[in-house]
Amino acid sequence: MAQAIFDEMGGPGGDVRQAYRKLQAWLEETPLDILTLRREEAETFFRRIGITFAVYGEGGDPERIIPFDIIPRIIEAAEWRFVSEGLIQRVRALNAFIADVYGEQEILKAGVVPRDQVLLNDTYRYQMQGVAVPQNVYTHIAGIDMVRVGADEFYVLEDNCRTPSGVSYMLENREITMRLFPDLFSRYNVAPVDHYCDELMRTLTSVAPRNCQGEPTVAVLTPGIYNSAYYEHSFLADQMGVELVEGPDLYVMDDVVYMRTTQGPKRVDVIYRRVDDDFLDPLTFRADSVLGVAGLMNAYRAGNLNLTNAVGAGIADDKAIYTYVPEMVEFYLGEKPILKNVPTWRCGEKDDAAYVLEHLSELVVKEVHGSGGYGMLVGPKATKEEIEAFGARVKAAPEKYIAQPTLALSTCPTFVNEGVAPRHVDLRPFILSGKDIKVVPGGLTRVAMREGSLVVNSSQGGGTKDTWVLKD
Amino acid sequence: MMLARTADNLYWIARYVERAENLARTLRVTDRLSLMPSGADTDGNEWHSTVIVSGAEQGFYDKHEEATPENVISYLAFDPENPSSIRNCLEAARRNARAVRTALTSEQWECLNSAWLELPRWNETRVRGSGLHRFLDWVKDCSLLFTGGTVATMLRRDSYYFTRLGTFIERSDNTARILDVKYHVLLPEHAEVGGGIDYYQWASILRAVSGYRSYNAVYREGLKPWLIAEFLVMREEMPRSLISCAAEIKDCLDRLGEEYGQRHECHRIAGQIYSRLRFGKVEDIFRQGLHEFLSEHIETNDRLGLEISRSYLLG
Repeated sequence: MAQAIFDEMGGPGGDVRQAYRKLQAWLEETPLDILTLRREEAETFFRRIGITFAVYGEGGDPERIIPFDIIPRIIEAAEWRFVSEGLIQRVRALNAFIADVYGEQEILKAGVVPRDQVLLNDTYRYQMQGVAVPQNVYTHIAGIDMVRVGADEFYVLEDNCRTPSGVSYMLENREITMRLFPDLFSRYNVAPVDHYCDELMRTLTSVAPRNCQGEPTVAVLTPGIYNSAYYEHSFLADQMGVELVEGPDLYVMDDVVYMRTTQGPKRVDVIYRRVDDDFLDPLTFRADSVLGVAGLMNAYRAGNLNLTNAVGAGIADDKAIYTYVPEMVEFYLGEKPILKNVPTWRCGEKDDAAYVLEHLSELVVKEVHGSGGYGMLVGPKATKEEIEAFGARVKAAPEKYIAQPTLALSTCPTFVNEGVAPRHVDLRPFILSGKDIKVVPGGLTRVAMREGSLVVNSSQGGGTKDTWVLKD
Repeated sequence: MMLARTADNLYWIARYVERAENLARTLRVTDRLSLMPSGADTDGNEWHSTVIVSGAEQGFYDKHEEATPENVISYLAFDPENPSSIRNCLEAARRNARAVRTALTSEQWECLNSAWLELPRWNETRVRGSGLHRFLDWVKDCSLLFTGGTVATMLRRDSYYFTRLGTFIERSDNTARILDVKYHVLLPEHAEVGGGIDYYQWASILRAVSGYRSYNAVYREGLKPWLIAEFLVMREEMPRSLISCAAEIKDCLDRLGEEYGQRHECHRIAGQIYSRLRFGKVEDIFRQGLHEFLSEHIETNDRLGLEISRSYLLG
């Protein structure tokens, strides 16, 4: 793995890479105070529209805006072709895997993925065993987190198969960039992303449940305004022109789901749910949940309702299962994986655990079931005490941890207090699977705003960038 | 057709905004009144009346012994424990708006969101002295912007009618309360309001509903309590009168009835309220007693609100 940091604008040798030349020229001719002004305008825009993101358990501003970096990140057409082919392949394999887990379990029988890793996994939902889902698709909306470490080196860091968020930022960031920098935008031939919501709607209606007659009624199910991604839920419902519902807006009668409207009950066929499995149906999962709907699972199993993403899809984005995705690609598709995984040590395995514990200061150690950058150790950035404390946690429950080398994440020019400087970025493209599988050219670029930081999560102070995929 | 919860939220957003505005108006005239030299013919405590008008008597006196200007302003404008304080109204409106933001136009949302962003800058200290008027004007502006934005930008369909219903149910209640607080100083028929404090009190009622100059434009014969009552109860050209509110409510419900092809108990009550005001005689109201009439109106108006909820908003 390359250790030198790859800068997406500068390239390894210091020459400005082709795709960034016009941006570089523009940065040179634009005074810093104009950039400052534009950044302020962007912030005002986000506040006014209310594009906010809550950060749990820290007090302070409950409706924080994610820092938006005004300098776009640019991906060339050829690079994107490679990435998107890889993404489609990977998501096809992930869907095949989930279908298999809740079906015949061939991959377990073949011993490619250890049975215990799946069946004893917290994200495995035995309630889904043998349940047929439309088009055999489980992860309809997937967000695959990728990092780049070299000109041709992309790695998949993490698969998000449950309720990946961030797509509203992909769309709003583009809106604001076009508004702030029309001159720069027009110098490039940028592939549009604004048809994402149409594609999403098409995907959702293509997976109508088997008992649905006519045009399916779609709704977006949100936990409510206190959820960190509430803005996104309302944004997507609005863009698709469907209702944004909360648990109490729905009820189930005779295994059919209805929403309460001003004209009485209306049948719902497809629910794009942004509520976790555990909270979906108090009769099946957590009995104390008030976010879900009693009887939802019965409607689902009876073929009167489809849920996207499917219940139990989380089995495919577990960090321990992640390590087997390249094998899945070969097992289900008979193809060589296009996208690489980051080499990963599974602490549940004895040799790996020993190695990890000895090399904590060099590695990134993650909780298998954690997300959003919580419960994670970045060895090279951690203090001695932090390393010791984390080591003790790993020793206590090794199977809960995986470790990866500290990747030299690529950097992009970013407008920070000191001026324009390189900052580390990752990329989350969104893949839609229904009757067909599609990737909108773009994604969410997250950027670590602090110098040298590798943590891009918005819950940890990361920002976002507009991501430009160029057309040929 | 829309989600019942969304309709409910829209209805309450409008009610909260209207309530905040009316509170601001009432506080403004109270403050103005308190600057007048107090006469012998009044109990001298317009701040106490204000607490009563706003329907916050119980909560207020649980907390404060005396209705001093500071206490009343603090409780009605800022107190988080008063569910109807201006602050709570604006916060609740914005919270509801956030829950249904896609049902609002961007003008409506931005108005409520800006008000919410601005709100923490106002507090008891900042409204001392001339700050009070700036604050109350600001509240009124927010409400006018929202209501105007609603009329100017919202698609004319169910969501619009539910929003408007909230405005007029609340306004009807508030106008009745503002008038009710003065019933006890009603003078004999045709008597003109004398000078001094009483004049200011009647004038202040008109000011509280932006009706001072309108009244003069309609009647041109000086302030007469009976005419003021008639003006606020039965004159359709007065946009905050009970009959104007009743006409708007009836209209909104008729439109909903057409759109949905179904009528409910709320339609009957709305029609009843309207026709009583439209075909009633002001003399009869006074014979019955203005206070009794207004109390009954407030109660019927409440019942109408409940019926609207039952028919549409609970799903």
